[in-house]
Amino acid sequence: MSLEALAKTPTGIEGLDEITGGGLPRGRTSLVCGSAGSGKTVLGMEFLVRGARDFGEPGVFMAFEETERELAQNVACFGFDLEALAAQGKLALDHVFLERGEIEETGEYDLEALFVRLGDAIDTVKAKRVVLDSIEVLFGGLQNEGIVRSELRRLFRWLKDKGVTSIVTGERGDGSLTRYGLEEYVADCVILLDHRVSEQISTRRLRIVKYRGSFHGADEYPFLMGQDGISVLPITSLGLNHEATEERISSGVPDLDAMLGGKGLFRAGSTLVSGTPGTGKSSLAAHFALAACKRGERALYLGFEESAAQILRNMKSIGLDLRPWVDKGLLHLETVRPSSLGLEAHLVAMHRLVVEVDPRVIVVDPISTFLSPTNGAAVKSMLTRLVDYLKTRQITALFTHLASPEQDLGPSEQGVSSIMDSWLQLRDVERDGRRSYGILVLKARGMAHSHEIREFVLSDHGIRLGGICTQESTGAAGR
Amino acid sequence: MSLPDDRSTAPTDEPVEWVLKLYVAGQTRKSIAAFANLRHLCETHLRGQYRIEVVDLLENPRLAKGDQIVAVPTLVRQLPPPVKKIIGDLANEERVLVGLDLRPAAGRQGV
Repeated sequence: MSLEALAKTPTGIEGLDEITGGGLPRGRTSLVCGSAGSGKTVLGMEFLVRGARDFGEPGVFMAFEETERELAQNVACFGFDLEALAAQGKLALDHVFLERGEIEETGEYDLEALFVRLGDAIDTVKAKRVVLDSIEVLFGGLQNEGIVRSELRRLFRWLKDKGVTSIVTGERGDGSLTRYGLEEYVADCVILLDHRVSEQISTRRLRIVKYRGSFHGADEYPFLMGQDGISVLPITSLGLNHEATEERISSGVPDLDAMLGGKGLFRAGSTLVSGTPGTGKSSLAAHFALAACKRGERALYLGFEESAAQILRNMKSIGLDLRPWVDKGLLHLETVRPSSLGLEAHLVAMHRLVVEVDPRVIVVDPISTFLSPTNGAAVKSMLTRLVDYLKTRQITALFTHLASPEQDLGPSEQGVSSIMDSWLQLRDVERDGRRSYGILVLKARGMAHSHEIREFVLSDHGIRLGGICTQESTGAAGR
Repeated sequence: MSLPDDRSTAPTDEPVEWVLKLYVAGQTRKSIAAFANLRHLCETHLRGQYRIEVVDLLENPRLAKGDQIVAVPTLVRQLPPPVKKIIGDLANEERVLVGLDLRPAAGRQGV
């Protein structure tokens, strides 16, 4: 048996080529299956569009369910201009219309006309990529299943002879990968797409069920459908280790760095800053971002509650002038309105900003926007992926979390804190008989840290830490 | 207004010319059989009232997409309307008649 590695065709789809070790098997047919709305058509179309735009490989899309016009409309939001590509001769679309009621089958036949159509399209644009979406429609439209099956076998052999890399899509069956068992004919590569909606959160996952002759991750990878198409977020911790860096950076508050083993936070680490309203979380986050800018590093500050103008004004009032850093292009203040956007949409936006801005540090203020008592598990999973993603890019992250006064060690906070490397808590305290705020390092992985509560003051010259406090025992906050 | 032994679904009682298009992909056993079966059927039930056009998709591949043909042989009743599509080698005459919506000629019942 030949040990020659299977040649691969890069898809150009973000993250997919990484988890497949280079793309889809070249010159073969891969199966993409999933329930309705899971993204099969988009994936197939993106494979062709990127092939035509980025790899100089024209393609043919044979659609059995949507018309050419519907397809063009449906993918326009991803920036895929099908009409333009068709006009340039880089893409051929063919909508195959099959209606069962119309046809009376009166004897022997074969599907040679389909081959003729496909062959003509391939020859016309000199296609190297083909997508058939969804060829299962043939089973619904024609009565003779035996003929359909044998012609499908013939089709896949024919595609191979044509030397094109193809994708066929199939709808998920009950208990089988596809309703009509297409996986029997497609031996080389099978990808399964899953799409679940729970509350506002829509979770999309991709899994490589089979990839003959190639190592592939067996895990499910979450993916997003964003402005530029599909982005698969590889879990880099799968079998690989993040480079554990020893480098430490300042939190922006020297006294706080002192509480953190005297050196500050780990580069590429993640920190959670939690506290009840008004305790100064955003101010601390701003110090952190500012420290990065002063080091000449780009900082991305994502605000979900206040506008950029409000943030600038609030920080000015405690002596932090962020404006010059914004002007220099080192501080990027992005405010994203939470309201009706689901978690997935937020993640897409964040992902995109990270890629565009390419920061060394990031602030997400606050993540409480996403947390609710009912969707904890899904959100935690998404946050894990995000934190992981940031780690691979060696971005140091700080997340603020608004704790409710009733329970500052609530379940959602605890769940999220386990993902983070460090957890700083801001709480109501008593100092010399008066009420104040304090900061406590609840956890900081990998370093010796202070276990004291130090007074936390917002002065005219920024945050200052005072002496050691005891907690105020006023029922609600703190424990 | 239709007469009892009307041969077509056309509303008038004037003889109407049937235009039947047979799509094939080259000369194959099936396409030859389909043509033969079609001629026999037309001679039996539409004598003097029909015209058969054979479209070879190997020579005109674009027509497969244009006329939405997937299988071969495919027979399309072009005229009189409505358009009907039948696939197969037309061996089963009764089914072909049903598919074309064509009543058998009086006294010449098809098999």
